[in-house]
Formats: sequence, C-alpha cells, structure tokens
Amino acid sequence: MRRPWAGRIRPWSSLGYLLVGGLTGLGAWVALLVYLFCLASFPFLVGVPLVLFVAIPMVRALANVERSRAGRLLGTPVERPYRPARRGMLARYGGILADPPSWRDLAWLWVHTVYGPAVGLLVGGLWAVSLIGITMPAWYAVVPDHLGIDYDGLRVHNLSGALLVVPLGVLNAIVAALVARPLALGEAYLARWLLRPTAGSRLAQRVEDLSVSRAQTVDARAAELRRIERDLHDGAQARLVSLTMSLGLAEEVLQTDPQAAARLLAEARGSAGSALTELRDLVRGIHPPVLADRGLPGALEALALRSAVPVESHLGPVGRLPAPVESALYFTAAEALTNIAKHSAATRAGLGLERVGDVLHLEISDDGKGGADPGRGGGLAGIAGRLDAFDGRMTITSPPGGPTVLHVELPCG
Amino acid sequence: MRVVIAEDLALLRDGLTRLLSAHDFEVVAAVESGEELVGALLTHRPDVAVVDVRLPPTFTNEGLWAALEVRRQVPGLPVLILSQYVEALYARELLADAAGGVGYLLKDRVGDIAQFVDAVRRVAAGGTAMDPEVIAALLARPQRAEPLAGLTPREREVLGLMAEGRSNAAIAQRLFVTEKAVDKHIGHILDKLGLAPSTSDHRRVLAVLAYLNA
Repeated sequence: MRRPWAGRIRPWSSLGYLLVGGLTGLGAWVALLVYLFCLASFPFLVGVPLVLFVAIPMVRALANVERSRAGRLLGTPVERPYRPARRGMLARYGGILADPPSWRDLAWLWVHTVYGPAVGLLVGGLWAVSLIGITMPAWYAVVPDHLGIDYDGLRVHNLSGALLVVPLGVLNAIVAALVARPLALGEAYLARWLLRPTAGSRLAQRVEDLSVSRAQTVDARAAELRRIERDLHDGAQARLVSLTMSLGLAEEVLQTDPQAAARLLAEARGSAGSALTELRDLVRGIHPPVLADRGLPGALEALALRSAVPVESHLGPVGRLPAPVESALYFTAAEALTNIAKHSAATRAGLGLERVGDVLHLEISDDGKGGADPGRGGGLAGIAGRLDAFDGRMTITSPPGGPTVLHVELPCG
Repeated sequence: MRVVIAEDLALLRDGLTRLLSAHDFEVVAAVESGEELVGALLTHRPDVAVVDVRLPPTFTNEGLWAALEVRRQVPGLPVLILSQYVEALYARELLADAAGGVGYLLKDRVGDIAQFVDAVRRVAAGGTAMDPEVIAALLARPQRAEPLAGLTPREREVLGLMAEGRSNAAIAQRLFVTEKAVDKHIGHILDKLGLAPSTSDHRRVLAVLAYLNA
C-alpha cells in the first residue's frame, strides 16, 4: 500500500486534485439542488420516480467520481458500498432507498458543496496570485501607470518596486504548495470516510455474498454427485454386469464348446477394459491423480503437456494449498485450455501461475479469435461459481480478434 | 529372469506374482512400499522391476520416485511402471536419463498377458515399453505439426508402434507386412523428422520419444 503522506504527492497533483474538487463541488451544488427539488415534489406522483431515476443516480455518479479520485490520490481504491440490485421492482427500489450508503452519499454531498469549492478556490487563487507576483515586472511593463497595481498591500510604483514583489510571489507559491497537500489529503480522506462501505454494510454485503455462493456450491455439489452416479450406473457398473454375464456363459460352455468359451472370455476382457477406461476418466474428472501426486504446478504442467494447443507455461512455486483450492484452480485451467482448443482457433496458449503475497494468480491466455463470453453459460460460468466459494475472482478480456486472457485471483492467506 | 514386484494391494501383488511366475520369471521380492522397493532393488539387483506408481506411505507417485532414485544409483536398472492412469509428464521423467530399460503402462494392459509379458521382457532387455495412450497423446500434440503432417497414415502408424518400443519384427507382424517394408517406412520417417538413422531399436525409440516429447 502506498502511503500518501510519505511524499508521494507532488504539489501539482494536489493542485489538480483541489481544482477538480472545486468543479465536482459545483457539481455537488447542482446535484443537491436537483435532489431538493425532487424531494419537494415528493407529495406529487412524480416525486418518487424523480428521486429514484434522477436524484439518486446523479448523486451516485458524482460520488463514484469522487471515490475514484480519492482512491487514486490515496493509493488505495475506495470501494463502492452499494448493494447489487435485487430482483423485482419493489424490492429493488425499496432496497435503494433503504440502503444506508444512499444516506451517507447525501451527507458527503452537503459537505462537499462547501469544502470542494472553498479549498479549490483558495489554493487555485493562491497559485494565481503567486504567478502574478512572480511575473510582476512584465505586468508593470504592460499595465498603464495610472491604473496602478497593488500586491499584498504594496503599491507598485516603479520597476524596482515590481522586482521587489517577485520574492513575495515566490513566497506565495511556497505557501500554496505547502497547504495544497494537506488540503487535498483532507478532501480525499473525508470522501473516503463518508463514501466507503461502513463495517456494517461490508458485513451485510459479505453475508449476502456468502449465502449466494454457499447455495451455488451446494447446488454444484449435488449436480456433481448426480453426474457421477449416472456415469457409474451407465458406465462401469453396466460393463461389470456384462462382464459377469460373459464369464457365466463361458463357464457354462467351457466343456462343451471351448471355442465359444474363448470368445466369451475375450468379450469379458473387453468389457473389463472399457470399465477401467470409464472409471479412469471419471476419476480424472473428480480429482485428477496427478494433482494428488504433484500439487498444482505439477498438475498444470501435465495439463499443458496434454493440451491440443501448444502451451507455454510459467509456473512459480506456490506451496501446497488446500485440496479444494488446488482442485478449483486446476479445473479452471483445464476448462480454459479445453475451450481454447475447441473454440478459439488459437495457435499458442500461455499458462501462468504465481503467488504474490497471499494472493494466487492464475492466467490462461491464447492468441485466438477472442469473443469469449462467460455470460453465455457453459463451462466457464460453472468455473466462476466454483471459484466464488473460495472468494476467487475471474476476469476475462476477450475483444473480437483476440487475444483472450482469463485471469483468476484467489486469496490463500 | 529375476524380478522384483512393488504393489500395495495384496490382490494385485499376488496376481502379478502368479502371472510372472507362470511365465518363467523368478519373483525374488514382492514389496508394498516405496522404501522397501528401494531396498529390494539395491539388494537383489533384479533383471527387471515391475512397480505400481502409487505406493504407501504417501499414496502419490512414490513408486515413480523410488524407481528414479534407484536408477540414479544403478543407471539403466530396468523398471516397468504400472499405473491406473498415464501422464506424458511421467513418461518424460522416466525417459530423461536416456539409459533405456524403462516401461510405462496402464494397469489394464496386464489383462493381455502375452503382450504384457513381452513388454516386461523388452524392458528387461534394455528396451522400452510405452503405453499406446501416452504415444497417442504425444502424437496428437501439434507442436511439430509440420513434419508430422508430412507422414503418410501408414508411417504414422509405424511411428506410433515404434515409439511404444516395439521391434521391427513386432511392427511387421502387427501390420501384416514384411520386416523389409517396415524398415523402409522407418527410414522414411526418420528422414522426414530429421532424426539420425540408427540400427539399435532402443536408440531409435529414444530419438523418436525425445522428438515427440520436445
């Protein structure tokens, strides 16, 4: 994390921040007036929609601008506290009104209407004045004498007077530079304090996320078990039944027709072989043996070797992780590589694994035609759900024409 | 021919012992863990070892590690690895020392007893026995698509069998052609892949596998 007070902030960036802050402060005035107008129309039928569709979106947009500005200045992003929209009209808009961040946004709006323009004007003005002071000799040359020039209470009568003002201008500049930083930080901290999620809303959000991902996990598990049961039933079990039948028949005819018995035995071996193949595939789908053997990097290497598209892999040491995490990441990579082979028309793929601090990064890229969309359902959506259970985040960038990059971040502290 | 067997499931261990004993192998030791395997191989110095890849105590790829470890001390000690699944990655590690006398087969292959015994003998003689599934996976990889694409279907077939470690005679028998025809095919293949011709079956196999694994 960058520490903003450790000299990272240049006077210019503070100045820029405060000047833009002045502008958004003016924006805050507009938003506030609109808001009050909408509220005033509340007794009428249009009041509610006005608040919902004009006032709140406007305040939120402005607040989001401030969040990203403050985040940039402070070096750590300021999260948005809003809860995701719920299903259903009533729940959705009731949710927005009941959402505490909406009220905190309003508090910030009030404060910013004052603070933003005031400090923007103050520091901007200081800089302007110091610039005029530094360039005073030039002003003295162009301004007609009878108009007279005052600077910090000094009357500039002649050239030497004008030159005397220059150090004053420099002094003003120093003061401006010195105050800009704390004022900018003050504005940013204030925005962060009011606009970031509160501990309470963070918890509420977390509980909501967890309930959703838990439900998904349970569903996925159940579906997985059903699939395994079906595969066993239609596959290996059926093969073994046919195997016992062949063996029984062979036993019957062993004395009378050895040739037929030999044929039946060969059939039996065939069934046993198919059963083994099906069981092997099933096991690979549940928990790949190579993952148990070698951990994630080794298993990913084996995956890369098996891929139909040539894969260049960079696998850093990550240590042994909890088995479900390894498994989720492995299947993410497997699904991604399968998709690449099937759909991307890529000639090369990349596979990267790295641990940075307590976060695992997995990246699968290809030089194919792009246009991959996880929203279309299918394997990637399932993978995303699986990663959700471990607070993993999957992002896909896949512009038409490629390249496609799938990135997974997963905390493993 | 003296053989050491390493397999942790008693059922399969006894089966293997029975099977190999019935084909004129002398089973000098049948062990059930990787540690015991290393000891048995170093004391008995068998003509060949038949090893399950997954052994106690870790139940991961203990058997493979033990085999590799022993081969570091006794280069070229013939080892045939059996497994419920095959990984090209493990095949590559087995072949890495280029000393020969290695095999890597699915356990299913034990069912075809004649073929399996032949594979054990081949490995004992310093040859190679690679599972068709490994070879198929390697052949399917398009890394070297260009030269591989230049092979005729027949030549690809011959290349696959050669990579499994089969002799010219065996390939000829399998494809119902004369050995001379196989010779000619192999000449063409090595030529097209830019590999040095070699008279030793085993060298040729290693060259082909190195090529496919690259």
